Amino acid sequence: MADLRCEIAGVKAPNPFWLASAPPTDKEYNVVRAFKAGWGGVVWKTLGEDPPVVNTSSRYGALHYRGYRMMGFNNIELISDRPLEVNLQEIKRVKRDWPDRALLVSLMVPCTEDSWKRILKRVEETEADGVELNFGCPHGMSERGMGSAVGQVPEYIEMVVRWCKAATRMPVFVKLTPNVTNILAPARAAKAGGADAVSLINTINSVMGVDLDTMAPLPSVHGKGAHGGYCGPAVKPIALCMVGEIARDPECRGLPISGIGGIETWRDAAEFIAMGAGSVQVCTAAMHYGFKIVEDMITGLSNWMDSKGYRTLDDFRGAAVPNYVDWGQLDMNYVVKARIDQDKCIRCGLCHIACEDTSHQSIRKIKENGKRRYEVIEEECVGCNLCAHVCPVEGCITMVEVETGLPYVTWAEDPRNPQRLAKAAE
Amino acid sequence: MAEAPDVRAGRLSPAEYERNFADAHPPLTAQQAMVEAVRCLFCHDAPCIEACPTGIDIPRFIRGIQSGNLKGAAETILEANVMGGTCARVCPTDVLCEGACVRLAEGKKPVEIGALQRHAVDWLFERGIQPFTRGPITGERIAVVGAGPAGLACAHALARLGHEVVIFEKRAKAGGLNEYGIAAYKMVHDFAQREVDFILGIGGIELRTGIELGRDVTLGELRRDFAAVFLGLGLQGVHALGVEGERLAGVQDAVAFIERLRQTRDLSTIPVGRQIVVIGGGNTAVDVAVQSKRLGAETVTIVYRRGPEAMSATPAEQEWAKSNGVAIRHWARPVAIEGVDGHVRAVVFERTPLDGAGRLEGTGERFTLPADQVFKAIGQKLVPSAFNGTAELLDVENGKIVVDAERRTTLDRVWAGGDCIAASVDLTVAAVEDGKLAAASIHRYLMGG
Repeated sequence: MADLRCEIAGVKAPNPFWLASAPPTDKEYNVVRAFKAGWGGVVWKTLGEDPPVVNTSSRYGALHYRGYRMMGFNNIELISDRPLEVNLQEIKRVKRDWPDRALLVSLMVPCTEDSWKRILKRVEETEADGVELNFGCPHGMSERGMGSAVGQVPEYIEMVVRWCKAATRMPVFVKLTPNVTNILAPARAAKAGGADAVSLINTINSVMGVDLDTMAPLPSVHGKGAHGGYCGPAVKPIALCMVGEIARDPECRGLPISGIGGIETWRDAAEFIAMGAGSVQVCTAAMHYGFKIVEDMITGLSNWMDSKGYRTLDDFRGAAVPNYVDWGQLDMNYVVKARIDQDKCIRCGLCHIACEDTSHQSIRKIKENGKRRYEVIEEECVGCNLCAHVCPVEGCITMVEVETGLPYVTWAEDPRNPQRLAKAAE
Repeated sequence: MAEAPDVRAGRLSPAEYERNFADAHPPLTAQQAMVEAVRCLFCHDAPCIEACPTGIDIPRFIRGIQSGNLKGAAETILEANVMGGTCARVCPTDVLCEGACVRLAEGKKPVEIGALQRHAVDWLFERGIQPFTRGPITGERIAVVGAGPAGLACAHALARLGHEVVIFEKRAKAGGLNEYGIAAYKMVHDFAQREVDFILGIGGIELRTGIELGRDVTLGELRRDFAAVFLGLGLQGVHALGVEGERLAGVQDAVAFIERLRQTRDLSTIPVGRQIVVIGGGNTAVDVAVQSKRLGAETVTIVYRRGPEAMSATPAEQEWAKSNGVAIRHWARPVAIEGVDGHVRAVVFERTPLDGAGRLEGTGERFTLPADQVFKAIGQKLVPSAFNGTAELLDVENGKIVVDAERRTTLDRVWAGGDCIAASVDLTVAAVEDGKLAAASIHRYLMGG
C-alpha cells in the first residue's frame, strides 16, 4: 500500500484529497462527515465579516450532456452566510477533534489591511492549519470589490498577501481565479507577496443556458439570471493547463500548488499531482455523489501507485511538468498514422465522414459485395487523431507511430521554417 | 406399445458439446463493463447492497470499475464475499441485487451487477493477486466440516483473524455444490477449483479430503480436539417421491446426475434419454433439465406441483429453461412411474389445483408423459448418520440444524451454516454469509469478547 501522506506549505494530511471551500465545507456537521468518510483535509467555506451575506433562492445551474448528469456545474452562491463566531467555534472544535486532517480556512474581506488583520487574528485562535485567500470567486462578491475583483489585479494580490504574511504565522494559500488572460501574472504576484502556496482554479464565469420559454439565463432567480462560477468535470482541462503553467514557470518555481478543477476520480487527482500539485481539492463530485467517493479515490490512487512502483506522492509529483512545453519545443519530425482494426470496426462510417468533411480526406469508403469497409489512405493521413476520437469502439482506431529515422527537430530548427532559413542566410 | 427406452451417450458431435457447455453468459469486455458501470447511479445507502445477503458495497465496486481501480473493486467485493467470483456467476441476481436496482423503478433495465462483479473478480484472479493476509496468529484451532461455500467462507474468515483451521471434506475435492452441483455452463474453466485455491491461498487452512463426519470422525472427537466446530454439511439425502415405480432404472436423482456431468472430462460419455421428465421446481430442476437438453435430449419437461410463482427457480431461471427448449408444466404431481422391462418409460401425473385453504388437492384427473429418463429434483435433506457417535444431540427441526442469529447451534462450541441449517435459502451467497457470521461469532467466543 502506497504512502498517500501529503505535505504542502507545511500543512500535513493523511492523503491529498481535500474538499474545496464550498457548500460541502460550510459547517461542522458536513466537515465531520467528510473526515469520517476519509477525506484528508478541507478548506472551510469562505468566512467574511459580519453581518453575514444573504444568498438567493435558486443557486445552482447544471450542464447535463446527453445522459451524463452534471458534466458542468455552476453556482451563484456567495461566501458563508453564517455568523463569523459560529464558524470559528466550529472550526476550533473540528481541528481539536481531527488533528491529523488538514484544515484551511478560506477568507474574503474588504480590501483594507485592518480587515485582513482582524480576521486573521480570529482564525489563528482556532488553531486551523492555514488560510486560503479567496481571490477567485467570480460572482456576487466581485461586484463588492472582493473575490476575483482582487484576483484579476496582480498588484492587489501582492499587496493583500503581503499584509496577510505580515499579520499571521499561518501558511497563506492564495486561491486564484481563472478569469484572467494569463494565470502567471496573479501567480507571480502571489509569490512576490510571499504566499506559501496557490490553489487553483476557482470557478469560471459562466451562464449555463437560457430558458427559451421565459428567456431567463440559467440558473434564474425570479426570471433573471446572473453569471455564476463554472466547475465540474468539464473544467478539468482548463485547470490542468493553468496548474501546469505555474508548475513550469521559472519565476514560480518552488511555489506549492493545491490543484482544483473537475477532479472526480483518483486518476484525475494523479494527473494534477503529475502536473505539479501537492494536494487536490474536490467539490462538484462530492456534491454529486456524497463524500463516499473518496474511498475509491484513496484505494484507486494507492493501487495505481503500487502498480507503478511509486511509494510516495513525491515519487511522481511533477513528473509530467518537464514534458509540458511550448508548441515551439515539439518534435516536427514525429509522425503518427491512423490504423483501423477491421475486426473491431462496426462500419458506422463516423471516421470517414469526419475526415472527409472536416479533415484531410484520408479515410476511404469501400463497398465490396454489399459490405462497407473503411481504409486509411496512409499518404494522406496527417495524424490529427480526429478519427480515433470520433470512433465509438474502444481500441478500434489507434494512432501508430511511423519510424522516420529523423532526429527530434523543433520548429525553430525545421528547414520548412522561413525564419530559420532567413537566420541561416544571415 | 411403447418403444424401447432410448438412453444413450454420445448424441452430439464434439463441436456441439463444446458449444452447448461453453460459458452461458460470457464475460463483459472492458468496454462493455465501462458502459455498464456508467449506468450505475452510485445510489446512497443503495438498495442493491441491502438485497445482497453478504452486503457487498456494490456502488463502490462499480465506481472502481468506472475509475479504472479494478483491484480496489475486486477487493471491495471479496472483502464482503470471498466467493464473489462464484456468486457473480450463479446468484439469482434478478431477485437479489439487480432486482433491487433503482433503474427498474425508472422503468429501465437494471445495472448488470453480476456481470460487473465477475469482471472485477476475474481481473484479480487473472493476475493471481492475493489481497488477503492473516492477522496475528492466535494459536486457536477450529474444525470446519464440509468444504462447500459455508465451510470455505468460515475457514477463510477465521484464517484472516489468525486462527488455524482444519477442514474435513468427505469428497475428493473442495468446493461443495460449486464444484459438484451447479450447471457446467455457469462455472466453466474449472472456476470452482480456482476459487478454492484462492481461498486456501491465505494460509492457515488445512484441507483433509476423504473424511466423512460420522464415519471417519465424530462430532464428539472434533469437539474434544478443537476449540470450536463449524458444520457446513450441506444436504446429502435426496427426498423420495414415494410413488410406485421409483426404483425403475432410469429414475435418477438430479444432483447425482449433475455431479457426474460436472466431474466428467468427456461429456460424450454421459448417457441421456430422448424424452426426459424432471420433477421439481427449483434451480436444480432447471439445471438438470437444461443440461440434459444440451446433452442432446429431444424433449425435456419440468413438472411442478404448483404455479410458476411458487417455484424456487427464479423467473430468470424459468426463462432460461424455456429459451433452452425446456417445457414447464405446472399444477401436477407424479402418482406412478411406468416401465418396460425394469426401465422407466412413462410418468403418470395427477392435476393438483389448490383447495380453498391453499392446500394442493388431488383431482384424480391424470395425464401421462412418456419418459426414458426421470430426474427427481424435489429437494434434499440432512443425513442423520453425520451425527453418529455424538453423545449430545443437536436440535434439528424439519430435517435441518437449528441455529441462532450468530449461527450457533444448541450444542456448545458448535456452529453451523449453509444448506444444512433451518434458516437456509439454498444459495451460495447465503452460505457465504453464514460462514462469515459464524466465524465472527467463533472469534468473539475464542477471544473472550
